[in-house]
Amino acid sequence: MAIFINKDSKVIVQGMTGAEGTKHTKRMLASGTTIVGGVNPRKAGEKVDFDGNVLPVFGTVTEAMEATGANVTVIFVPPAFAKAAVVEAIDAGIELAVVITEGIPVHDTAAFWAHAVATGNKTRIIGPNCPGLISPGQSNAGIIPANISGAGKIGLVSKSGTLTYQMMYELRDFGFSTAIGIGGDPIIGTTHIDALAAFEADPDTAAIVMIGEIGGDAEERAAAYIKDNVTKPVVGYVAGFTAPEGKTMGHAGAIVSGSAGTAQAKKEALEAAGVKVGKTPSETAALMREIMQSIG
Amino acid sequence: MDLYEYQAKDLFAAHDVPVLPGDVASTPAEAKAIAERFGQTVVVKAQVKTGGRGKAGGVKLAESPDETEAKAEAILGLDIKGHVVHRVLVTPASDIAEEYYFSFLLDRANRTFLAMASVEGGMDIEEVAATKPEALAKVPVDAVKGVDRAKADEIVAAAKFPAEVADQVAEVVVKLWETFVREDATLVEVNPLVRDPEGRIVALDGKVTLDENASFRHPDHEALVDKQAEDPLEAKAKAKNLNYVKLDGQVGIIGNGAGLVMSTLDVVAYAGEKHNGVKPANFLDIGGGASAEVMANGLDIILHDPDVRSVFVNVFGGITACDAVANGIVKALEILGDEATKPLVVRLDGNNVEEGRRILADANHPLVTVVDTMDNAADKAAELAAAGV
Repeated sequence: MAIFINKDSKVIVQGMTGAEGTKHTKRMLASGTTIVGGVNPRKAGEKVDFDGNVLPVFGTVTEAMEATGANVTVIFVPPAFAKAAVVEAIDAGIELAVVITEGIPVHDTAAFWAHAVATGNKTRIIGPNCPGLISPGQSNAGIIPANISGAGKIGLVSKSGTLTYQMMYELRDFGFSTAIGIGGDPIIGTTHIDALAAFEADPDTAAIVMIGEIGGDAEERAAAYIKDNVTKPVVGYVAGFTAPEGKTMGHAGAIVSGSAGTAQAKKEALEAAGVKVGKTPSETAALMREIMQSIG
Repeated sequence: MDLYEYQAKDLFAAHDVPVLPGDVASTPAEAKAIAERFGQTVVVKAQVKTGGRGKAGGVKLAESPDETEAKAEAILGLDIKGHVVHRVLVTPASDIAEEYYFSFLLDRANRTFLAMASVEGGMDIEEVAATKPEALAKVPVDAVKGVDRAKADEIVAAAKFPAEVADQVAEVVVKLWETFVREDATLVEVNPLVRDPEGRIVALDGKVTLDENASFRHPDHEALVDKQAEDPLEAKAKAKNLNYVKLDGQVGIIGNGAGLVMSTLDVVAYAGEKHNGVKPANFLDIGGGASAEVMANGLDIILHDPDVRSVFVNVFGGITACDAVANGIVKALEILGDEATKPLVVRLDGNNVEEGRRILADANHPLVTVVDTMDNAADKAAELAAAGV
């Protein structure tokens, strides 16, 4: 089953003909994803050959969906044009839009999110500034390397791309139902809570790893959600205990403001909700290993 | 990017938010000259990007140009919570009838914007929120619909502004929203917003945070960067497009991906507890697709930090292949030559890791130690830093 994407997902790529789009379309194809085309209004009607996979370029998301039955779009368009690309995906009514683009102004993200809400939340948005998601062996929508880990029963949700890779690597002998990077921006579409809810409902997920980092209170809210709604075992990790106040640590959303958004507060909230929290990625993986071994 | 008060007020003025005139001085003599020009009692205000200036002695009234010079002399050079005062704002003193609070900010939890307003201004708003939450109105703002006059009236009513100023405040609220949107701000705060004895509404202070992701459409924002206050290593890193934050420890850190680098800092700090309490010296994220050149630039910054005793390079090869990273390290050490004097602990995992480790083994550089796990590598880097202290 997995969550959000599976073997039946038909993926289009907005920005497929750009440098990043081209590179990652190749990688997604190589990992077995069903990619059915790309979108670029200036190159509509052209075809692009990806090592023998010839994909059509459409002028709009709507045209691409009508012609191919696509239900997932992965967005690589540059920051200045990202808002228009996401709004177009929402207006086309696609099920899932994965926004990889880093560096989108937060006013633009707030605007496309408000547009999604105003039009009835028909499109699930993941990101922006995220690595996307992978259901190993089924579909890979984004930039997560497909060769780190195969399929299994662990669900993973993380704000960070490389920590997702690190954790998948540490637990590669168990494998993952779906691993999803939700992004490190101050405003994101799909949250920890959305992913936790989906993993809880997914029969193929037995246990969940949740990775957070400093900034905002998403982890605290996720902790409250876990306490009331999640029956599957959850292991947590929070990055940024040593981050100084008032400095942005790489991700636009990773900032401790005054006493708000500290790693310590997040860890305490998760532990109060019964989540085992690892001090380091390896300790977190060890906690999950114990759980998976006891589940058998 | 946080702005200074005077920069925030310049932006306010550009968007027709009422502010008092004022000028910035970086010497007591300049402050005196400004006071002479105003020819009245002035306020001398430290320009620092932190709160609590008043309590720290950073805001003083001066009744004459000579007194202005003396007060500026006392304030310039003050250290307010680690921020040294390089400039003061000299502005005419105004009588205040009432003080209010107003801000627009990002509401991360609800993925929208928020207006916050209170008729109990002038004090620490976090304290108002904690002790008298009913006195602080919080009104969500739709990012698409924004704040028109009707929305401003709603906010003003929610905060229970007195009837005689409601119209004027609503007008100012619309202007502050324009500032917030047109400048791509993530925070616009006025504390206090005041009513003077003549009944006029004025923004007496201003705090603005600009979204650096939006700088591509605001070329004018570059001029607001305070080059003088930037850490020299941070400035150098920024010029090379590196994501670097200077910290106060001894173990230099390079990694790929913000989350992994934050995690690396934590793991090094834990390891440091066993090694004389050494700590991470910096945050440096060379990004997902780091090339040899980026690695060389990163090492160049870190090896020139005099506080650094050892360096921990922690890379998980996802999109980046480990052999490219290894080549980057070897090439960087070649470029740096004799300037590279500090031990490097390298941990590589992921894409093409065997090839990456082989390249480092073949190069056999005397400064480089390859360690297989993140925890063990952090321990080694901390141990080397402690030995070098």
